[in-house]
Amino acid sequence: MSLIACHECDLLQKRTDEIPPHSKAVCGRCGAVLYRHIPDSIDRTIALAIAGLVLFICANVFPFLAFEVSGQATQSTLISGAASLYLQGMWALAFLVFVTCIGAPLMQILLMLYIFMPLKFGRLPAHIPLAFRSLREIQAWNMIEVFMLGILVSLVKLTKMATIIPGLALWSFVGLIVVLTAAATAVDAELVWQKLDCNNGKR
Amino acid sequence: MASAKQASRISALNAGMIGCHSCDLVVNAKDDFHHHLQCPRCGANLHSRKLNSVARTWALIIAALVFYVPANVLPITTVVSLGKEQSDTIMSGVIYFMQSGSWAIALVIFVASVFVPLMKILILVFLLVSVQRNIQWRPREQAKLYRLTEIVGKWSMVDVYVVTILVALVNLGVIADIDAGPAALYFAAVVVLTMLAARTFDPRLIWDSKEEVE
Ligand SMILES: [Zn+2]
Ligand SMILES: [Zn+2]
Repeated sequence: MSLIACHECDLLQKRTDEIPPHSKAVCGRCGAVLYRHIPDSIDRTIALAIAGLVLFICANVFPFLAFEVSGQATQSTLISGAASLYLQGMWALAFLVFVTCIGAPLMQILLMLYIFMPLKFGRLPAHIPLAFRSLREIQAWNMIEVFMLGILVSLVKLTKMATIIPGLALWSFVGLIVVLTAAATAVDAELVWQKLDCNNGKR
Repeated sequence: MASAKQASRISALNAGMIGCHSCDLVVNAKDDFHHHLQCPRCGANLHSRKLNSVARTWALIIAALVFYVPANVLPITTVVSLGKEQSDTIMSGVIYFMQSGSWAIALVIFVASVFVPLMKILILVFLLVSVQRNIQWRPREQAKLYRLTEIVGKWSMVDVYVVTILVALVNLGVIADIDAGPAALYFAAVVVLTMLAARTFDPRLIWDSKEEVE
């Protein structure tokens, strides 16, 4: 039986392997989640990542809102939104919007596929520790759900000025948020590290 | 929820071990605690506690506080409509929504843009003082406060996105045009800095001084 140190309070605890499916083990002292047991974690993650990729493409190809006033119309996609900030000289802000709404979700999807596709066929991709650490780090900077709230606020703000037509990308956003949230909780980290252990010939 | 069975009431640090932050492997570090250790399983650099966590978190919070002022005082958008120019700050935006009856939206913007960043900064200051002064008040509640700062952080970005969307859509020359103001940048800086501060703070420090009390 192996030990685990809580990453939020450092308490040493025994890892109990027989927790029921879809449940999580929490730290006995501070209440942080120690680990989860997710059945079919690999299949689940791959399926959600592929769905996420399709939705991501739709979310970026189609405009999310169109704005029409006295015959003149403009529409915006994610990229053109970031680009118009860049054109106003706000390159730092454009970069931030690009990273949090386009770069981070895309990297999250690609890293999931990179890590879990080979695992599905019993192989271990190269640089898996780095890939896994990057995945965790990048998830924190994915803010599409906040962008979605931003769209709703803008809708209210603009309906008084002009006709607003919600675009196809809007529905893709909703799907992408649901799928990526589910994908993030489908990842069973311990599975990855155990495979790494087997490959290293330890244990 | 299943609570993990406890092996002890002792932290990894006091047991002479380090839990790998990347793969959760517990490594015995008794022999060379002060040397440069690497995780034997995943190769990550092992640190018992985040390096200089308190000093770094203070620096990030102070920087965030400095930017918080221009973020609220300077205009976040400038609306040009039929030759007239009007600048809006975050608060004047909130007041506009209140006056036009959109209470829900006014509340969303006020909470996300004004209340959350300030609350996050205050919580982190409290946690830092608590760690530095060994305040013994309910460590479990302190841990909850810390988790709260991690969860709510990104929602403050909502106003930056609203500006992005307005700038992208309302671009009709003389009829109507919206430009992003300098506050948008300062505000984004506040959000990023407080997010970094929350990630730099090491919540294990909350418990270190409480070990003997247990
Ligand atoms: Zn804990
Ligand atoms: Zn490791």
